Amino acid sequence: MERFELRFSGNAPLAGRAHVGVVASGDLEVLMEPSNETVVSVRTSVDGFEKVWRATLARFFARHPVAARIEINDSGATPGVVSLRLAQALERTKA
Amino acid sequence: MSVPALMSRTSFVELNARERARALLDDGSFRELLGPFDRIESPWLARQNIVPQADDGVVVARGTIGGVAAVAIAIEGAFQGGSTGEVSGAKIAGALELAAKDAKAGKPIRPVLVFETGGVRLQEANLGLAAMADVHAAVVALRRHAPVVGVIAGMIGCFGGMGITAGLVSRLIVTRQARLGLNGPEVIEQNAGVEELDSRDRPLIWSLTGGEQRHAVGLADDLVADDADALADAVRAAFERGQPAEHQSERIAFWRGRLERLPATPEGPALRKLWMGDRP
Repeated sequence: MERFELRFSGNAPLAGRAHVGVVASGDLEVLMEPSNETVVSVRTSVDGFEKVWRATLARFFARHPVAARIEINDSGATPGVVSLRLAQALERTKA
Repeated sequence: MSVPALMSRTSFVELNARERARALLDDGSFRELLGPFDRIESPWLARQNIVPQADDGVVVARGTIGGVAAVAIAIEGAFQGGSTGEVSGAKIAGALELAAKDAKAGKPIRPVLVFETGGVRLQEANLGLAAMADVHAAVVALRRHAPVVGVIAGMIGCFGGMGITAGLVSRLIVTRQARLGLNGPEVIEQNAGVEELDSRDRPLIWSLTGGEQRHAVGLADDLVADDADALADAVRAAFERGQPAEHQSERIAFWRGRLERLPATPEGPALRKLWMGDRP
């Protein structure tokens, strides 16, 4: 397991908080909450992929520059699954 | 199930624990206790390099079932095999204890447990075992005051200490995809050899521990199709039946009598033939 914290610039406020996903093989759990700064805490079962995480998250925040505190508990999800879960979480904050 | 029925149903097996709890409670009544944002996670998994989950794999939700106050406790089988650790076990036992408090005070409560678990979480060893004992004690204390309904949907099934919990509930509902047992097939194969049980032989495994078999021999009360609405109806109906005259786990002489008639080769079809007649 590896853990790291990544910071991004985002200022669009979130309407609410959201929780999606399960820490199941190939999947991840995302907790997304409104915040003043954009910080993502990642815990992942697969070591050595911080660069890929940074790129995946940078792409998400480039499209959705939200101010959010995000916690990710990952069990080996691919970048595609991570992107879908982030989009799903953001969608849920609007519900 | 006909093709249109199959296409229009919502599979309960495919739902996660939170969606399962929501499906069993009346529409719009779901209110989660100790949810993921409360971050009551296992303090032991990260120390062993295992990624924890914010709700430790157990969803506890208050709501109503058939208009009556209810608590749904659902185990997430996809997280660590639905295993019971210190925290997840305490959530289950605590929810049952609070339900017992309500029931004793004369407040109606409908507690339903949704199993999907291999039993105790090995990484939390004795703490998981202790939690399991708390869960068993809580079910026995609660069922004196209110019927406790259990659901096993599959595909993991219900094994280990939670297999005992399933044996303690007032009414047990299973699907064909469900399995119920004490030792899982892999454990039996590992300990007694592949001649004793081939854990990869799925038809054999389901013929012994599958939902249809467990229902046929009376170890489960209702066999329901994998359909969220059908299961919610079955759970509501189970509560409406009220308390059983006698809980299955109290019928010591009955079960002892069955064991005395155990055939030399106790495989699935033989047991069905032998035990179906005396279905409790």
